[in-house]
Amino acid sequence: MSDFDRTAEYAHSHSEEDGIGLRKHIWKIFWVLLAITGAEVTLGLFWKDWSLAWAFVKWTFIILTLIKAYFIVADYMHLKHEYKNFKLMVAVPYIVLVIYLIIMVLAEAVFVHDSHNLM
Amino acid sequence: MAGHSPTVDSKTLWGGGISPFKVSYGKMMMWFFLVSDAFSFSGLLISYGFMRHSFEETWPVAENVFTHFPFFHGDQPLLYVALMTFILIMSSVTMVLAVEAGQRMDKSKVIRWMAWTIVGGLVFVGSQAWEWMHFIHGTELGALQLVDGTIVQWLNEAKDAIVMPGAEGLTISGAEAAALIKEGTEVYGANLTVNEYGLPLFGDFFFFITGFHGTHVFSGVVINFIIFVNVLKGTYEKRGHYEMVEKVGLYWHFVDLVWVFVFTFFYLV
Repeated sequence: MSDFDRTAEYAHSHSEEDGIGLRKHIWKIFWVLLAITGAEVTLGLFWKDWSLAWAFVKWTFIILTLIKAYFIVADYMHLKHEYKNFKLMVAVPYIVLVIYLIIMVLAEAVFVHDSHNLM
Repeated sequence: MAGHSPTVDSKTLWGGGISPFKVSYGKMMMWFFLVSDAFSFSGLLISYGFMRHSFEETWPVAENVFTHFPFFHGDQPLLYVALMTFILIMSSVTMVLAVEAGQRMDKSKVIRWMAWTIVGGLVFVGSQAWEWMHFIHGTELGALQLVDGTIVQWLNEAKDAIVMPGAEGLTISGAEAAALIKEGTEVYGANLTVNEYGLPLFGDFFFFITGFHGTHVFSGVVINFIIFVNVLKGTYEKRGHYEMVEKVGLYWHFVDLVWVFVFTFFYLV
C-alpha cells in the first residue's frame, strides 16, 4: 500500500455484536421492499376489478416507487450514514436537475400531443 | 465507523491532507459515476415519457404485451416481471450482506453472499433474455400493418376483421376490411422497425432501456466476479479492509435502483 492511498482510514468497520443489529436491519428493509413490490403488483393486477381511478393508481405506483428508491439509496447504499455534505453533494444536483427535466419534457409532450390532434 | 480524524475546524478540513467528506477517493468517484449514470437512465426514461404522452391514445399497454410466464399457458400479465424484480431485490440483499460481512473481516461470509449475488445477477440476465425472446417472436396470431404503417389487431383467428388502435377499438369487417387486409402486410413480434403490438417506438424504447439496463446488470456480474476472485485470493484480507466489496456493492444496488424505476414506468404505469 502506498502512502498516497488512504482508503483504510475511511473504510467502515464494525464489531461482531454490531453486525447482528445491522443484519437485522438489512432484512427488515428487505421485507419492506418486498411488501411494496407486492402491493404494486397486486394493485397492477386488480385495480380494474376494484374499479379504482387510473390517476389514483398511477400516483400510488409513483409514490411507492419513490419510497422504494429511498430505502435502497439511504439504507442499502448507506447514503443515510454518510457525512452530511457528501449526502447533499450526491443528492441535490441530481434531484434538482431531474425534476427540471421532467417538467420541461412532459410539458413539451403535452403540447406535441395536442398539436397532433389539430392536424 | 472508522476511527478517523479527531475534531477538526473547517479551515483544517478544507486545507488538504484529509477528506472533507470523510469518504475515500474511490468511493466518492463511484458515487460521482453513479450520479452521471443516473442521469443517463433518467434521460432515457423521461424521453420514453415524452413519446408516451405524445402518442397517448395509441401507445401499447405493457400489460397486453408481456403476458408470458414459463410453463404456464394463457395470459399472466405482470407476474413474470414481478418475479424478475424479486430476484433483483434478493440479490441486492445478498450484496449488502456481503458488504456487512466485509466490514467485520469475515471472509467466508463475504464469499458466500457474493456468490449468491452473482447467481442472482445471472438469473436476472437470463430472465431478461427470455422476455426479449418472447417480445421478438410475438404472438401466434400476429397483427396487420396497413399501407400507412398503422398496426391493427385481428378481431379473431379467422383474420377477416380488424380492430383499429385506440381506446374506442373501432372494428372494421366485410369488404372494407378485405381491401385493407389485401394491401397490408402481416407482422409478427417486434424489432427496431416494426412492432405487432403497436407503435414501433414502444419496441425501440423497450429494447434500448431494458437493453441498457441489462448491459449494466451483465457488467455488474462481471465486476462482482472479479472482486469475488480477489476475495477468494485473500487480497482484501491482506489489505486490511473490504472497501472494494462496498464499492461494487454501490454499483450493484444502483442497478437494482434503476430496475425499480424501469419496472414502474415500463410495466406498471
